[in-house]
Amino acid sequence: MDILNTVDTIPLENILGKKSPDEVTEEVKTSGLRGRGGAGFPSGLKWSFLDKSTDKPRYLLCNADESEPGTFKDRLLMEKNPHLLIEGMILSSYALGCETAYIYIRGEYMFILRILEKAIQEAYSKGFLGKNIKGTGYNLDLYVHPGAGAYICGEETALIESLEGKRGNPRIKPPFPAVSGLWDCPTIVNNVETIAAVVPILKMGGAEYAKIGIGRSTGTKLISASGNINKPGVYEIVMGVSVEEFIYSDEYCGGIKDSNDIKACVPGGSSVPILPKHLLFKESTGEPRLMTYESLSEGGFQTGSMLGSGGFIVYDEKQCIVRNTWNFARFYHHESCGQCSPCREGTGWMERVLHNIEYGHGNSDDIDLLWDIQRRIEGNTICPLGDAAAWPVAAAIRHFRHEFEYHVKYPHRVMDADHVYQPEMKTLVN
Amino acid sequence: MPKVTIDDISIEVPAGTTILQAARMIGENVPPAMCYYSKLEGSGGKCRTCLVKVTKGSEKDPRPMPKLVASCRTTVMDGMEVRNTTSPEVTDARKGVTEFLLINHPLDCPVCDQAGECKLQDLSYEHGLAKSRYEFKRREFERKDIGDKIQLHMNRCILCYRCTQVAEQLTPERVHGVLNRGEVSEISTFIEQAVDNEFSGNMIDVCPVGALTDKTFRFKSRVWFTKPVNAHRNCPTCSGKVTLWYQGEEVLRVTGRKNRWNEVEDFICNECRFDKKETKDWQIEGPVSVDSHSVISQNHPKIELPVIQKLIESDKDSTQK
Repeated sequence: MDILNTVDTIPLENILGKKSPDEVTEEVKTSGLRGRGGAGFPSGLKWSFLDKSTDKPRYLLCNADESEPGTFKDRLLMEKNPHLLIEGMILSSYALGCETAYIYIRGEYMFILRILEKAIQEAYSKGFLGKNIKGTGYNLDLYVHPGAGAYICGEETALIESLEGKRGNPRIKPPFPAVSGLWDCPTIVNNVETIAAVVPILKMGGAEYAKIGIGRSTGTKLISASGNINKPGVYEIVMGVSVEEFIYSDEYCGGIKDSNDIKACVPGGSSVPILPKHLLFKESTGEPRLMTYESLSEGGFQTGSMLGSGGFIVYDEKQCIVRNTWNFARFYHHESCGQCSPCREGTGWMERVLHNIEYGHGNSDDIDLLWDIQRRIEGNTICPLGDAAAWPVAAAIRHFRHEFEYHVKYPHRVMDADHVYQPEMKTLVN
Repeated sequence: MPKVTIDDISIEVPAGTTILQAARMIGENVPPAMCYYSKLEGSGGKCRTCLVKVTKGSEKDPRPMPKLVASCRTTVMDGMEVRNTTSPEVTDARKGVTEFLLINHPLDCPVCDQAGECKLQDLSYEHGLAKSRYEFKRREFERKDIGDKIQLHMNRCILCYRCTQVAEQLTPERVHGVLNRGEVSEISTFIEQAVDNEFSGNMIDVCPVGALTDKTFRFKSRVWFTKPVNAHRNCPTCSGKVTLWYQGEEVLRVTGRKNRWNEVEDFICNECRFDKKETKDWQIEGPVSVDSHSVISQNHPKIELPVIQKLIESDKDSTQK
């Protein structure tokens, strides 16, 4: 299904002025659209939290600071279909009553910034942006603002700080941005894909959109597939495709490279827990696991994971989980903003301990130490970056402890930087 | 007025009070605060030592809060129930935070001027481990000179952001701030520039650790060998209410008057702090009562009142002359 890959859009005059902003919001609520940036919060509900009681201007911010390792869907959307995003921005801004909207794009996407700016200029020249859009009396100015390359600026309050020209430190919530966000005005921050999805929702109607997908996971979702698969890339799936089908069907990933066996999968970008093979295709209840918010998080973190932002990373049997975990930890160490102590100190500590284990300098206490560090970071930080750093480490130890133990027990075998994981490792440890 | 229960002790507080302030009103089982400073707007929420567990959100919405919350930034609701020292989860988290704050701290207390009145010492005494589990090299920063009055030891800093808030809220122009990101972020001036304005000295008072110390007091004495005496003077710029720290009859340093929570009552100007270091500059009020848990109290109960008497008399003499 490719409803986000369409160029035939709706005439804006049919919505602006014809439907009231509340009707547009209601339509999005009916559609059951959930935030595509990672948390999966219902978008219509989020919009309804916007404080409309003040005279202050309201702002819509599009979060295009896509920096999660494994996720590259927004990039493609903006690169190939920038006008869909712009139209989504116009419709969403209209629903929220914003007269100024910003697209905050990550600094590394400078070439996309140029694409977007060109598209915005086209929209202005055709009268889709600016004063009195298409004679409906609605005004909207849209700006693109590049970040300077910080993962943390994808957190909504850090994004707001950065947009205000300050250091990109997350704010302490409450107050939530819907009450006091950009320049202390009510603000909504949405992911690129969420805003783009508003266009098909209004085109086909919220109720019709809600029919796509399963249960509370409605609509389509862009999945960035990478790792040891035959066909890496971005796929638009209907929510509810089974994980097994997604990996092995030729329509999507096309199976594991070199016909190897699959070992694990990170289904939603680097910050979500890794799932081993035996939990990946089947839920703990025995039901097949589907690509939906609910099914992937079934059983909590003991047996489940999260759909997250849809960064689907597949590992075959030859990959070393310790090395992968270290790599993720290294990323979070580098990207921690340094504002609150557990994340600032803990992420660096985790990275060093993991580095030791990976390079054969670990000892058996290190695994428990690692567990202790992640446990004390998780939930104790200002923003979710602490959780994002802790979850992959926790899940790796939970599901692949034998690999960590192997590293500690046979350091000489893992000294080599590109050592290949041997499936018989497990028997050596036990 | 909202009623809040902290560790089974109930208190009614004005609306808008935070959990930490309510705990301070009760006066017992107060969560430690390394970054929160009631006199600085926007402070708090960063160090995470004041985490508490909210077991009941409010009368209207009795659901517990899913995560531990920073008590310094969470306002109380009517009927809220909070667990601080009675929750093992909170104690464990606090132990974790203490460990995190200490892993890169140089632990150079023997040569640190803050030793004795350092909040990190108090915190680690209460919640720290006897030995460190951190086996890597501690982080070190290049030394930077930020002026002739204030000594910056970045290695000791816990990044509470209080000093930047002082600079933002008390001085006309902030010349220092936080540079870089994550573990290597540091307090510094952007271009090698001196922090120099009338109220910059307050950075020293608000610093919970020995990262910012008084150059005029440097290596002169351990704080517990000095005796704090309240004094005041007619100062054109500030309230002039200070604490003088005596050794014998010599004033070794001047600081703002700190209350039980280690917060100054009034911010004082640099002239009072750095330049007025003689008894004759001041009107002596009397010895400061020192909270018994502080190491400064080591010699304090034995403070020889006759000495103070003598000082007051000599002060009178000097004014009479």
